[in-house]
Amino acid sequence: MTKVSMKVNGKPVSGEIEGRTLLVSFLRDTLGLTGTHVGCDTSQCGACVVHVDGKAVKSCTMFAAEAEGCEVTTIEGMANADGSLSTIQQAFQDHHGLQCGFCTPGMVMSAAALLAETPKPTEAEVRHYLEGNICRCTGYHNIVKAILAASGQDVGDIGGDAIAAE
Amino acid sequence: MPKDHGIGASSKRREDKRFLTGKGRYTDDINLPGQAHAWFVRSQVAHGRLTGVDTSAAEAMPGVLRVFTGADFEGVGGLPCGWLVTDRFGQPMQEPGHPVLARGKVRHVGDPVAVVVAETAEQARDAAEAVEVEIDELPAVLDMKAALDPDAPLVHDELKNNLCYDWGFVEENRAAVDAAFETAAHVTTLDLVNQRLVPNAMEPRVALGDFNPATEDSTLYTTSQNPHVIRLLMGAFVLGIPEHKLRVIAPDVGGGFGSKIFHYAEEAFCTFAAKQLKRPVKWTCTRSEAFISDAHGRDHVTRIELALDAEGHFQALRTETHANMGAYLSTFAPSIPTWLHGTLMAGNYKTPLIYVNVKAVFTNTVPVDAYRGAGRPEATYQLERVIDKAAREMGIDPVEIRRRNFITEFPYATPVAVEYDTGDYNATLDKLLEIADVAGFEARLADSKSRGMLRGLGLNCYIEACGIAPSQLVGQLGARAGLYESATVRVNATGGLVVMTGSHSHGQGHETTFAQVVADMIGIGEDMVEIVHGDTANTPMGMGTYGSRSLAVGGSAMVRATNKIIAKAKKIAAHLMEAAPEDIELKDGRFSVAGTDKSVAWGDVTLAAYVPHNYPLEDIEPGLEETAFYDPNNFTYPAGVYACEVEVDPDTGKVTVCSFAAADDFGNIVNPMIVSGQVHGGIAQGVGQALLEAASYDDYGQLLSGSYMDYAMPRADDVPFYRVDHSCATPCTHNPLGVKGCGEAGAIGSPPAVVNAVVDALQRAGHTGVTHIDMPLTPSRVWAAMQG
Ligand code: FES
Ligand code: FES
Repeated sequence: MTKVSMKVNGKPVSGEIEGRTLLVSFLRDTLGLTGTHVGCDTSQCGACVVHVDGKAVKSCTMFAAEAEGCEVTTIEGMANADGSLSTIQQAFQDHHGLQCGFCTPGMVMSAAALLAETPKPTEAEVRHYLEGNICRCTGYHNIVKAILAASGQDVGDIGGDAIAAE
Repeated sequence: MPKDHGIGASSKRREDKRFLTGKGRYTDDINLPGQAHAWFVRSQVAHGRLTGVDTSAAEAMPGVLRVFTGADFEGVGGLPCGWLVTDRFGQPMQEPGHPVLARGKVRHVGDPVAVVVAETAEQARDAAEAVEVEIDELPAVLDMKAALDPDAPLVHDELKNNLCYDWGFVEENRAAVDAAFETAAHVTTLDLVNQRLVPNAMEPRVALGDFNPATEDSTLYTTSQNPHVIRLLMGAFVLGIPEHKLRVIAPDVGGGFGSKIFHYAEEAFCTFAAKQLKRPVKWTCTRSEAFISDAHGRDHVTRIELALDAEGHFQALRTETHANMGAYLSTFAPSIPTWLHGTLMAGNYKTPLIYVNVKAVFTNTVPVDAYRGAGRPEATYQLERVIDKAAREMGIDPVEIRRRNFITEFPYATPVAVEYDTGDYNATLDKLLEIADVAGFEARLADSKSRGMLRGLGLNCYIEACGIAPSQLVGQLGARAGLYESATVRVNATGGLVVMTGSHSHGQGHETTFAQVVADMIGIGEDMVEIVHGDTANTPMGMGTYGSRSLAVGGSAMVRATNKIIAKAKKIAAHLMEAAPEDIELKDGRFSVAGTDKSVAWGDVTLAAYVPHNYPLEDIEPGLEETAFYDPNNFTYPAGVYACEVEVDPDTGKVTVCSFAAADDFGNIVNPMIVSGQVHGGIAQGVGQALLEAASYDDYGQLLSGSYMDYAMPRADDVPFYRVDHSCATPCTHNPLGVKGCGEAGAIGSPPAVVNAVVDALQRAGHTGVTHIDMPLTPSRVWAAMQG
């Protein structure tokens, strides 16, 4: 067992772990931060994305020990200080960018990393960036729309979501 | 003006805040004190005799509590099958046993042989490697037609062959159908494969069993779409636990798409082991394990023949399908290629004569069962492909040939035993042509050509039978369950409501939609209504969510229960206002006496119900809580028309979906935003099937596409923005909300549109010999087709 210490969502944390413990297990099992999900075992689905020192990382693909001394942000650390949803989270709700919610934490973390790098991405840039995040529910339509909306772009004419006449 | 609350409003989802902040509570997020962990040892070969399982080394490993094998389940029941199909000779299907852990033989890669339970998941996993399994390998039965060869090895030694059933529908029509083919002006034949898929809900399955030795109560937390069904099947057929001593909880569930309907061995195991060990036992599936243990979908091989007169009117339809059951019968497997498939072969058309033959076959592969659409995508795909081929052969426009054959009068009794209540297929088709801008196709084609790309347009119709299902009807058809739904509405003294439903939400947004319905009926705010689901201890008996049934069946139960509440509340209001109950009106959360200015608020009445100081106790009981069950008297029949435009790269065969449009008739709609989302997701799954996904086995029965490295899931850059419309609404005539269901439409309607579009692109480019390509339309398949 080794000791690992890091900052998670701004708070210093530490724990005794096996060398093989993945960052995602440390977050979920040791710290009880179950918002970060595990959807695969081949580093493909992106349900586990967190930020390590500001960069989007698949926490299933990194040993907890590698995050020693790092600043880690998880989905639990994404809301505004007063508990209200951040711009990206709010855009996901407003545009129905989630259904079962299982991919959602990873999607939000990836979206945040994208917008930090590219504040006004094109549709193609959003889709390309989400290459490593799989969603089985939404068909991506409303996820891409939500991210474009979160970047402040007008999404009013996307998809023509015509609804039943009143 | 779009509505801002109640039925018809795109209310934002109340579920979202917890999911967006990491506060969802999925099964794997639940840990119980003293919990042990299970790791399954699974067969690595497709077929063989199990000659020995040596657990001694594993038992000596650190942290190991016990290693279970098939022998531990000798006195325990097998996993039951919930549907008995009768074959075309009147005989029951062959129904082999399905042990919780393999005994005697292993029958597919992934078949569970032993389970290690240890203090930690890592210890259990390490020890599982030390379990020695001896298997005398037998030849694997994989190809369905070869499996029916009299000399084929038997998947189940106790059966006479590998045929589960040979089903004919409608058997009495067979001769008439054959005769119509003899005299038809034109016959179009198509051989096609509806390939095996892996449902791949993003949340892997999890089971956590718990046992209280003092009360002898068992609890199972599981990733299920229907906790009551699991309680019934596992309690009554596998473990022998009466329902009042067994509680099943399906908390937040991360997608299902059918794969979480079924009762799985791991659920029974964790419940059983918790009782044996007197400790909670948890199993969390890895994705690699999910690929070889979740029930798969589709896997039909079909020949379809369409007989037409000289003007392109459909005269008769005949199909022969081999449907793969896999190694065992999963919970609802036998019903998928039969009653959920054969009954839909009329499609949107008035074909007078139809005969469907299905041979269900056992093979050494993972069991196959319902996956989004379940039988209806298979029916739609073959029908809409053969129509496109017929149109091309006869030189009739693909839109025109469909219009010529549309059913236009309702109700309409098809020759395959269902009666469509409502629909307007021409209106939906017109809407599709508009939203897909079909008129502008030629210009887009020219643009593609100028870039050296091939372009094609494909469209198709679909119809599905949803709102599953009338219990008496499915009982006659072999279902071993009733398919009603239930709801309890509990009104609290201060006026807030808790609605307990047997439906289960795993992405559909029921907590929002159902609250809209109930709040609208009473005229109060949606935030006064709480929806509870997913726990057999806290909800009335229910059948769960699949077959696009939640609103049509579960919502109808809720409407009934709410109507009972309103009727009783009116009596209380009448008493309070000293008026006759018949004169009481409820509007915007206020009861008033018709024709007067007397009124009382909703909250005054609910308070009176629980503080009955001034109350008609001689006539009615205190309290305000009602339960209702709803059993539909017909299926619902959502229908639509879908269009896809693709570009094909002539050098590589790569297909790009440029646009996708869907015009659906779902009847009345409660939350348009959620309905659109359901269609979007279904389309992506359909595009995934058409272009990317396939569960492929090698000749030894090893699953080649057993992880996300090999199984191509649709990603964000594989699909465009979609255009969806559901304004062509013909309300369902037989449920109180007039709703039809929308959950599966996208996955049912989209694969033929994509394939039709690719064939169209190739045909336009002069590859006139290409009349069909089997899914998935990978670049290599499309390229090979172009090479002739
Ligand atoms: S769990 Fe990390 S990528 Fe799938
Ligand atoms: S919302 Fe269910 S997987 Fe994305």
